[in-house]
Amino acid sequence: MLDDTDRRILRQYQAAPGVASAELAERAGVTPSTLARRLAAMRAEGVLRGVRGVIHWPALGYELEVSLRVTLDKTAPRAFDEFIAGARGVPEVIEIQTFLGTVDVRLAVVARDLGHYQTLYREKLLTLPHIADIEALMHVALVKHDETVPL
Amino acid sequence: MTGAGLALDEIDRGLIRALAEDAQASAGALGRRFGLSQPACWRRIQRLREAGVFRGARLDLDLGRLGFGVTVFLGIKLATKGRVSLEDFERAVSAIPEVQLVEHVLGAFDYRLRVAARDLPDFERVLRRRIMTLPGVGNVEANVVLSEERRPGPI
Repeated sequence: MLDDTDRRILRQYQAAPGVASAELAERAGVTPSTLARRLAAMRAEGVLRGVRGVIHWPALGYELEVSLRVTLDKTAPRAFDEFIAGARGVPEVIEIQTFLGTVDVRLAVVARDLGHYQTLYREKLLTLPHIADIEALMHVALVKHDETVPL
Repeated sequence: MTGAGLALDEIDRGLIRALAEDAQASAGALGRRFGLSQPACWRRIQRLREAGVFRGARLDLDLGRLGFGVTVFLGIKLATKGRVSLEDFERAVSAIPEVQLVEHVLGAFDYRLRVAARDLPDFERVLRRRIMTLPGVGNVEANVVLSEERRPGPI
């Protein structure tokens, strides 16, 4: 189980994932060896799965990001599985979430520009199986994206 | 095939994928994996970072085991555009600790939010006390995340 020291370490770490370990130890108020031991234990337990690099897609030429909110035809017994398997086959899909709520699935899609998006949408996304309804939100600006939790 | 004049070869693409998976992988380890010397690998990584390929890094935590059992995506429509400034709304919503992500969008909603809560009653508390009371907030739609997958993307 996590104790207060672990939580303090994670709180500091999630606020600055790129920080050097000596600095992180100082911010969390522990010695570097305690820090190393605690992080190794949290990794071994699967609490800390990893530190992921977050890609800034516009730097790679993908200027557009769209959330597609999809309602599936649930009368088809394997609608979720088949839709998701199809979505995995589209490289421009960067996130897939399933929901309990108004919509069933969300796909986050990146595209180079509007022309590219239109082609993707018509040829690869609208052709995914079991779509009953689909609605797009175009991303304008990221206001907050640290993805931290109040530990 | 990239824009912005940043030419990438197969090794660069491999490095981007590897760093997306493990942002702290060392130039030495990545060099061995991709058949580069440590300095050559370091230069390539440096070039990618300087080109802004990475927005930063994030901890991939098992939120359920940290006591955050519920993630909810919210769509928010502002009720009184013009009367409340977007900046005021954005500042207030960003200050809520449970709100992990805020994105300004075009479409059926004005903003999409990602919210982490301990359980459904905790989510209801955040929704009623913090989100419904935001300046200018109108229609709110909530979808509880059942599963999530992050894909490598078109690299």
